Amino acid sequence: MPRFYTEEHEWVEVDGEIATVGITDFAQGQLGDIVFVEVPDTGVELTKGGDAAVVESVKAASDIYAPVDGTVTEGNSALEEDPALANSDPEGEGWFFRMTLSDKAQLDGLMDSKGYKAYCDAL
Amino acid sequence: MSALNPTGWRPEMNAAGGADDNVTFTGNRALMLDEPLIFEIGSNQTTGVDFDENPEAADLGSLMRRDPIGLPGLSESETVRHYTRLSRQNYAIDLGLFPLGSCTMKHNPRLNEKVARMPGFADVHPLQPQETVQGALAVINELAEWLISLTGMYGVAMSPKAGAHGELCGVLCIKAALEARGEDRRVLLVPESAHGTNPATAAFAGFAVEDIPATKEGRVDLEALKARLGPDVAGVMITNPNTCGLFERDMKAISDAVHAAGGYVYCDGANFNAIVGKVRPGDLGIDAMHINLHKTFSTPHGGGGPGSGPVVLSEALAPYGPIPYSARYADGSFKLVEEESAGEEHPDTFGRMTAFHGQMGMFTRALTYILSHGADGLKQVAEDAVLNANYMLRSLEDVLDAPFAASGPCMHEALFSDKGLAEGFSTLDIAKGLIDEGYHPMTVYFPLVVHGAMLVEPTETESKAVLDQFIGALRSLALRAKNGDPALKSAPHFAPRARLDETGAARKPVLAWSEGEGA
Amino acid sequence: MRYLPLTADDRAAMLAAVGASTIDDLFVDVPAEARLTGPIAGLPLQASELAVERHMAALARQNRAAGDGPFFLGAGAYRHHVPASVDHLIQRGEFLTAYTPYQPEIAQGTLQMLFEFQTQVARLFGTDVANASMYDGSTACWEAIVMARRVTKRTTALISNGLHPHYRSVARTMAKYTRDTLIESDPALEPGTDWAALAAAVTKETSCVVVQYPDILGRIDDMAALAEACQAAGALLIAVVTEPVALGLIKSPGEMGADIVVGEGQALGVGLQFGGPYVGLFACKSKYVRQMPGRLCGETVDAKGKRGYVLTLSTREQHIRREKATSNICTNAGLCALAFSIHMTLLGEAGLRQLAAINHSRAKAAATELAKVPGVSVMNDSYFNEFTLLLPAEARPVVHALAEKGVLGGVSLGRLYPDNAGLANGLVVAVTETVTEEDIAAFAAALKEVLA
Repeated sequence: MPRFYTEEHEWVEVDGEIATVGITDFAQGQLGDIVFVEVPDTGVELTKGGDAAVVESVKAASDIYAPVDGTVTEGNSALEEDPALANSDPEGEGWFFRMTLSDKAQLDGLMDSKGYKAYCDAL
Repeated sequence: MSALNPTGWRPEMNAAGGADDNVTFTGNRALMLDEPLIFEIGSNQTTGVDFDENPEAADLGSLMRRDPIGLPGLSESETVRHYTRLSRQNYAIDLGLFPLGSCTMKHNPRLNEKVARMPGFADVHPLQPQETVQGALAVINELAEWLISLTGMYGVAMSPKAGAHGELCGVLCIKAALEARGEDRRVLLVPESAHGTNPATAAFAGFAVEDIPATKEGRVDLEALKARLGPDVAGVMITNPNTCGLFERDMKAISDAVHAAGGYVYCDGANFNAIVGKVRPGDLGIDAMHINLHKTFSTPHGGGGPGSGPVVLSEALAPYGPIPYSARYADGSFKLVEEESAGEEHPDTFGRMTAFHGQMGMFTRALTYILSHGADGLKQVAEDAVLNANYMLRSLEDVLDAPFAASGPCMHEALFSDKGLAEGFSTLDIAKGLIDEGYHPMTVYFPLVVHGAMLVEPTETESKAVLDQFIGALRSLALRAKNGDPALKSAPHFAPRARLDETGAARKPVLAWSEGEGA
Repeated sequence: MRYLPLTADDRAAMLAAVGASTIDDLFVDVPAEARLTGPIAGLPLQASELAVERHMAALARQNRAAGDGPFFLGAGAYRHHVPASVDHLIQRGEFLTAYTPYQPEIAQGTLQMLFEFQTQVARLFGTDVANASMYDGSTACWEAIVMARRVTKRTTALISNGLHPHYRSVARTMAKYTRDTLIESDPALEPGTDWAALAAAVTKETSCVVVQYPDILGRIDDMAALAEACQAAGALLIAVVTEPVALGLIKSPGEMGADIVVGEGQALGVGLQFGGPYVGLFACKSKYVRQMPGRLCGETVDAKGKRGYVLTLSTREQHIRREKATSNICTNAGLCALAFSIHMTLLGEAGLRQLAAINHSRAKAAATELAKVPGVSVMNDSYFNEFTLLLPAEARPVVHALAEKGVLGGVSLGRLYPDNAGLANGLVVAVTETVTEEDIAAFAAALKEVLA
């Protein structure tokens, strides 16, 4: 399944009509120990670039923005119980939410894994 | 859990593995005494007070509180011991240098405490008829006049309860003034070098916040600020001296530009200690500035408050200041303008910020401090505070990176960064190392414009001998961090506690004691 | 200057060390035209400890202290006896001169005290959690309204007419700028609360209902039905307690279903101090904890497994979130919270219950005596230690006339509600354990004379 990356260090994996969104390994490393994740409720309408979730470490809080337009179909409730999943497996079990894709063309502006690696290396 | 060893700690629990060489039965170590919670040693039947009557049972029907509340009591002797033991696990100014940048932890004179406890100040109700509290009103007024004179401003709002509350007061004055002009300006500009409270305050008052970048030398970028000014900008919130410990030398130009564009200038006065008696903010075009009485005027920090944050105001903003407003009359009497007379005497006020009149207990302390120093002593305060900070800066810049050392003298605090430490070593390690050396660490990771910031504010109440010893300790820690001394990574070793698990505390918050705990 | 340790020789040596020839070399960034050359003209110069103490003592003597004679003022600030050990303990330098506990390894004293305080407040209020304190009751009340907005995402708050007018006024000031809507009104001189009317007025648009318990006129009522109405509409019930001693006798708001309970803790340990510093109490159900303002202390362990305490969930606060913080407040009232907590520890549950019973019984005795004054009646049909007298004349001049006679006889509603003629004859009277039978008799006699 294709995986895309944003400049805000989020990943988007597209499976048919549904996209899964989370933060990258680089992002969790920057944040340090994650203590709390607030994921959006099912049915919430998201707009590209708008607030979608919040992730907090001991010393920092970051907003997670929606990478594309769409509607939330599921938030990862496992993160409420165990926010450390976002550290231990950010690009797997530690996903944040799933959403529909209103406009697949919006994915064209995102990076692929090679592009994202180059982007991080340049930071 | 046995209350004899309240922390539940056992030698076999040592993370390092292996037993501790010096285990005690109680968990105490001579004068380092662990103290259980009151819930573990008190009981619901014990009380440390007595009363001279036992009234018949009240009858308030279904409103009577019948279930146990769960409030343990201790006898007076146990109470004194409990809190005395707890107190000994705290670092404090009374024990030594407390070089927290931006916090101005200076000596708290005890005369101030004695005065605040005089029954004529301590045992007076805020709603007594004003003819019975003329002395209290005189204190508020006398302090107000000092603050106005020291800042060269027009008026002062005395009621804000702390610095952030003062910021809010100033920002609301700006809002009210704009409304009176019929303008709806939505944006407040906040430089990167401002205190974190500034943007929070602006947002709380309904403004949109926009950052203004800092120059390489750690000051507000005047050109960037000018470029952003316009009809939608309500004003600027600036911290001067700023959080890098530098005086904003363009302050007057900033004020002039903001005024020319129809905006107002708020100054965060947290660092007023550096300039009191040397320069008056009113002469630099500032419209509103809060003064932290608990910083510049030595009212005790008390482990986190109470503070007090009166706000001095320019002629443009003074009419909008909050009630109660202190007034002196021609016959020498004093009055607090409250709701009942605001209509005639202070009609444009934006309203009330707090119940009653503000932090009276802090006013008496601050006025006592001010009268002790006088105008000449306060000027000396600023000069010694700045001299002490520069002495720190120049004595340490060869071992610690000082990012703005070339920007000229610092004001009341010296800023260092973690540049040049060994791989894996950080500001945090130096801070925790200072604890073992018997000091409270400096402010760390603030301001955000510098990586791994260390902000050192010695204040004027430290002697040269104390500074020299601290400089020696910090030099040795800097060298240990540069050489990668592994023992530093696990500091502190000698404090009542080792490094605490803040991650665990935040992931599974335990915010109140419950009976089953630790069992 | 006695508080400045540097000597002239020190200053010279240090100036040389930093490469400055005069102190003003260090102030070069202050524009020369703005720099002051000498001490500010017209201000006094430094003075000895004796001289300053003399000056301040003279000012203190110009105030009538509450303990100087019969005293019956409340209305949000209460005079209780504070045991001597409380003030002794809060003056220990390690408490008095410590900072906010940002370095937990050397601040366990303050942190453990705060953890105990939070637990005491939560239990007293009947809630799950409490924070480490706020500025005072009035600011805590506004913060609760804002928190309800964050939780419910609604902006209309219903304010009971029994809320302290200063608290209402603070909320009104803030709401003007935050664009919250407050539905509010003055109380009427009636024995019953407006809670049933509030329950009927709650809608799907309501963020919260704010009630005071006991209220500004001293009335107490059961809020269970109101709590149910709020819950059914998805609104929060905020209860404000300005006299925490009451909760030693009457049910806590949390027990009756309040979602957020805030209040003023001044009554325990802090003293009157002409209105401040006081201590704001803030407590709520645990499900809302991440929306709570202010500092929180939490339990954890250190690297060796020892129990310890830290400030936690600080990402809610301004220094991290800047403009996205839950509140702009960054101070609590640490030392006042300590005084509250020590006093509560000395009392314990048994002492608190006895203290509350004495307060109520004294208030009943005073109400009985004062109602014998011709033309005077007690408005309340229920109260704890404070009630409203209906006088046959305006209460404001009566209060001044009583003061002339050496009696501080309560707070006139005219002072609290200057624009409401319908309340002008109301006098709010508080009676605590500090009031003696002789005080009550003196008050009744003076009132009789003044009204004659």
